[in-house]
Amino acid sequence: MPKDSGIGASTKRREDVRFLSGTGNYTDDINVHGQAYVHFLRSDVAHGRINGIDTTAAAAMPGVVRIFTGADFEGIGGLPCGWQVTDRHGEPMQEPGHPVLAQGKVRHVGDPIAAVVADTYAQARDAAEAIEVDIEELPAVVDMKAALDEGAAKVHDDLKNNLCYDWGFVEENRDAVDAAIKGAAHVTTLELVNQRMVANPMEPRVAVGDFNRATGDHTLYTTSQNPHVIRLLMGAFVLGIPEHKLRVVAPDVGGGFGTKIFHYAEEAFCTFAAKAVNRPVKWTSSRSEAFMSDAHGRDHVTKIELALDADNNFVALRTDTLANMGAYLSTFAPSVPTWLHGTLMAGNYKTPLIYVNVKAVFTNTVPVDAYRGAGRPEATYQLERVIDKAARELGVDPIALRRQNFITEFPYATPVAVEYDTGDYNATMDKLEEIADIAGFAARRAESEKKGKLRGLGVNCYIEACGIAPSNLVGQLGARAGLYESATVRVNATGGLVVMTGSHSHGQGHETAFPQVIAEMIGIDESMVEIVHGDTANAPMGMGTYGSRSLAVGGSAMVRATEKIINKARKIAAHLMEAAEADIELKDGAFSVAGTDKSVAWGDVCLAAYVPHNYPLEDIEPGLEETAFYDPSNFTYPSGAYACEVEVDPETGKVSIERMIAADDFGNIVNPMIVSGQVHGGLAQGIGQALMEHCIYDDEGQLLSASYMDYAMPRADDVPFYEVDHSSCTPCTHNPLGVKGCGEAGAIGSPPSVVNAVVDALQSAGKNVTHIDMPLSPSRVWAAMQG
Amino acid sequence: MYSFEVDKPDSVDAAVSALQVEDAQALGGGQTLIPTLKQRLASPSRLVSLTGIAEMKGVSSADGVVTIGGGTPHATVAAEAASAYPALAALAGNIGDPAVRNRGTIGGSLANNDPAACYPSAALASGATIVTNAREIAADDYFQGMFTTALDEGEVITSVRFPVPDAANYQKFEQPASRFALVGVFVARFADGVRVAVTGASEDGVFRWSEAEAALSDNFAPEAIDGLSLSGDGMISDLHGSGDYRAHITKVMTQRAVRAAG
Ligand SMILES: Cc1cc2nc3c(=O)[nH]c(=O)nc-3n(C[C@H](O)[C@H](O)[C@H](O)COP(=O)(O)OP(=O)(O)OC[C@H]3O[C@@H](n4cnc5c(N)ncnc54)[C@H](O)[C@@H]3O)c2cc1C
Repeated sequence: MPKDSGIGASTKRREDVRFLSGTGNYTDDINVHGQAYVHFLRSDVAHGRINGIDTTAAAAMPGVVRIFTGADFEGIGGLPCGWQVTDRHGEPMQEPGHPVLAQGKVRHVGDPIAAVVADTYAQARDAAEAIEVDIEELPAVVDMKAALDEGAAKVHDDLKNNLCYDWGFVEENRDAVDAAIKGAAHVTTLELVNQRMVANPMEPRVAVGDFNRATGDHTLYTTSQNPHVIRLLMGAFVLGIPEHKLRVVAPDVGGGFGTKIFHYAEEAFCTFAAKAVNRPVKWTSSRSEAFMSDAHGRDHVTKIELALDADNNFVALRTDTLANMGAYLSTFAPSVPTWLHGTLMAGNYKTPLIYVNVKAVFTNTVPVDAYRGAGRPEATYQLERVIDKAARELGVDPIALRRQNFITEFPYATPVAVEYDTGDYNATMDKLEEIADIAGFAARRAESEKKGKLRGLGVNCYIEACGIAPSNLVGQLGARAGLYESATVRVNATGGLVVMTGSHSHGQGHETAFPQVIAEMIGIDESMVEIVHGDTANAPMGMGTYGSRSLAVGGSAMVRATEKIINKARKIAAHLMEAAEADIELKDGAFSVAGTDKSVAWGDVCLAAYVPHNYPLEDIEPGLEETAFYDPSNFTYPSGAYACEVEVDPETGKVSIERMIAADDFGNIVNPMIVSGQVHGGLAQGIGQALMEHCIYDDEGQLLSASYMDYAMPRADDVPFYEVDHSSCTPCTHNPLGVKGCGEAGAIGSPPSVVNAVVDALQSAGKNVTHIDMPLSPSRVWAAMQG
Repeated sequence: MYSFEVDKPDSVDAAVSALQVEDAQALGGGQTLIPTLKQRLASPSRLVSLTGIAEMKGVSSADGVVTIGGGTPHATVAAEAASAYPALAALAGNIGDPAVRNRGTIGGSLANNDPAACYPSAALASGATIVTNAREIAADDYFQGMFTTALDEGEVITSVRFPVPDAANYQKFEQPASRFALVGVFVARFADGVRVAVTGASEDGVFRWSEAEAALSDNFAPEAIDGLSLSGDGMISDLHGSGDYRAHITKVMTQRAVRAAG
């Protein structure tokens, strides 16, 4: 029986009422009395030296309040990078400065050169056109391989070259892996591109800075996934504002997908300028600006080699990747191709020897950072593609080859530094085979052939590390921040609860799912619990939402705080009923004394805490409010098996996805409907990457796919009705809810199965096609078929 | 957007005189022009909206000719030309999305002559006549390359007359991002021959594929052009497909259009 409330119930998302009725409160809905507007003049060349900026004429234009340039930010911190990677030789990565407004050089199309603050947007824009910028164009560094050539133009003159780091992992295994590959019975090699993506949240970024002259307090309203992190980074490293004088508010946020994790120049600018001009300052990104100023994702070029023994056991794996950093290091950029990628290279398999090399490269392009899955999709894609290729080369069933090499015993320490606590990869594969009706594929293929279409079936597995993460571990890996989460649970006098969480919801449904947990713990109605997030003035210091961590880490903090509440309430109940604390039971919203009919309602206990007339004041304080910080002891490891069936039109190369099946193991599930929704969204993004989306620069560093006219987003009719299942369940062993996280799985798990399916379809028609780089657009598939 | 004045005349004459003002520009459904203005890529002093002119709206049909007012939105064409000229109605019904179809007009589309737009192929393949406030222009003379037409400054398309073919079909192969035509082929079979017009493919804008026309006039069957091929030279080559690809798709779409036209 499906439950109708508490953990496991598909409670409808309460936040959707306001989102769907146009009553949400997004950052652009926030207008502060007297605000001015800022327009950023952005570079239209990829690389150039700024010889001069003349703002005289512009400053005299109507409505202009003030024009800022890089010179106004001299002596002020640049945008910091939150993760330091140490290279193969023990050297720290090369870390360039990242000024709020360009200083000396512009380094990508969209790099902000000047900021015009005016009474209206239109006036700011008019004035920006009157600014005269003398830019000497320099050769643009676009291609990663060329960027590493001796004598290539340097993106940053003060660095040795364009190499951010050359990372080896596990460096001690390098020679052993090479030797194992040399001596292997079979080696499958694949070179592939994981193309650059634009995250494209529905809501573009917005920032409103406000300064209170009376108190000296700053407020920043911003589209962020982690307001506390922005407060810390911007306050401490950029503007030097102590945290008690800086409030960061991220209200309703219309999607993030990673790109709203990072601290951006526009946020720092609006905060700084509000004080400088003594007026609130607002910026709303246009979609065109978003394409050239939101951090991009992926952009890896990889060669992967998988070595197998004569019995088809995986014996070694080596991968060499060039990872594009873009022109500057965005907040968490260095971690994505390294610790979020290399540590996942074992996948679901017991490959004993693995070596991962990553060269991170600066280019004259928009900075690249985490995008849904961040590193894990790149790892999964190459691994699951090379396994598929190996199966085809060896003439064995791709599913059987995977099963043969599955990790089956847990906990399992991989050769790439992580320990999977639990999992059952055969169970998800069984589930997948059942839903996918693999046996019936031949008949479906025959049907497609009758219509003149080539049908293909592709399968893959994935594993991801979520619930990022143990702070002490990530600290060793270079993180410059902790990665715990916090929650304050405040019980009101009449029994309702408010949870102030450091997690942030930008579509995930925390306002619905988190109350389900508390309702279950106390036995009260979900409607008695309210979730507050997104405001540093309310919530305790928290790290925000990314890496599928909200429920696993933030939810666990909430559970810990609620346990403290219940413990205290139990003491109060014992007092009220004059019974021993050990005999008190909490069930269905009432405390009772075991073995008696004595009970006291939850609400009465709460009231006693705030009206402590009859109260154990000698033993405990009045009030009912607790805070917990939860730092997990390990990542969580969701996993799954995915299948895709495609039809390819052999005349045009157009791929149509007929079926997309996801069998996931997310551990325990709080709200199955929300989980399905998260998987659906992830699948749409995965299919978007596999078939459509592509952020392309030309050789001069001009962005070719700079609007939806050229950047192809998947639409409803590009995707099939998904078949998702999350009944496989190996609960996480180390967090109190046994949950693993589901936000990124769909985007991680789907691209390889799509590409595997297309290759299968083409090979079924006798085409010698072993790989096509994403996106598998009609023209690319057709070109591949021409050989 | 820069600031501008707006006029909304209620007759063609009034519109034509309003357009005499320096840097004035006609505004149809605004589905192309408004985004252009928003990006500050155009700066007309005055927009003369054609949407209030009743005589430029509507679909009528007589003597084998369908006449569409220059200010008629795509959705109206899709609905009202459905029985008289189904292939044209189907084309109109697959332009953009409902918002675009309810605002965008045939006059705007033909005046703009986007190399990837749908209507130009229908006008050219049908041998349509573009009627303006000043004259009548045969489709064969009207299209003069990407975004270029025979229209003079301030000239307004008041209607378009489409001779209705015996059989016709439009096949659109969509560009994945914009869903304009990566290649669109309109095939029209008349008693005196077949016309094949191709949009989306060529660097010179919409064109007639004369070899295919000749072959199909002899034998109106997909196989009739099996032996033909187009060169990729002069075809648009961009991130969505090479010139060779577009040349290939032109042939595939032509064959499909012939098959569908029956
Ligand atoms: C999202 C989207 C998708 C689209 N998809 C497609 C598609 O798939 N296929 C397709 O063909 N088109 C597509 N379009 C374009 C659409 O069809 C436009 O409606 C059309 O290109 C312009 O018509 P309009 O009436 O909106 O003209 P406007 O934008 O108002 O004007 C365009 C130009 O024509 C001039 N003009 C307008 N009316 C007249 C007239 N009567 N006489 C003389 N000059 C005139 C204007 O001065 C201007 O220069 C799409 C547009 C959008 C926004």
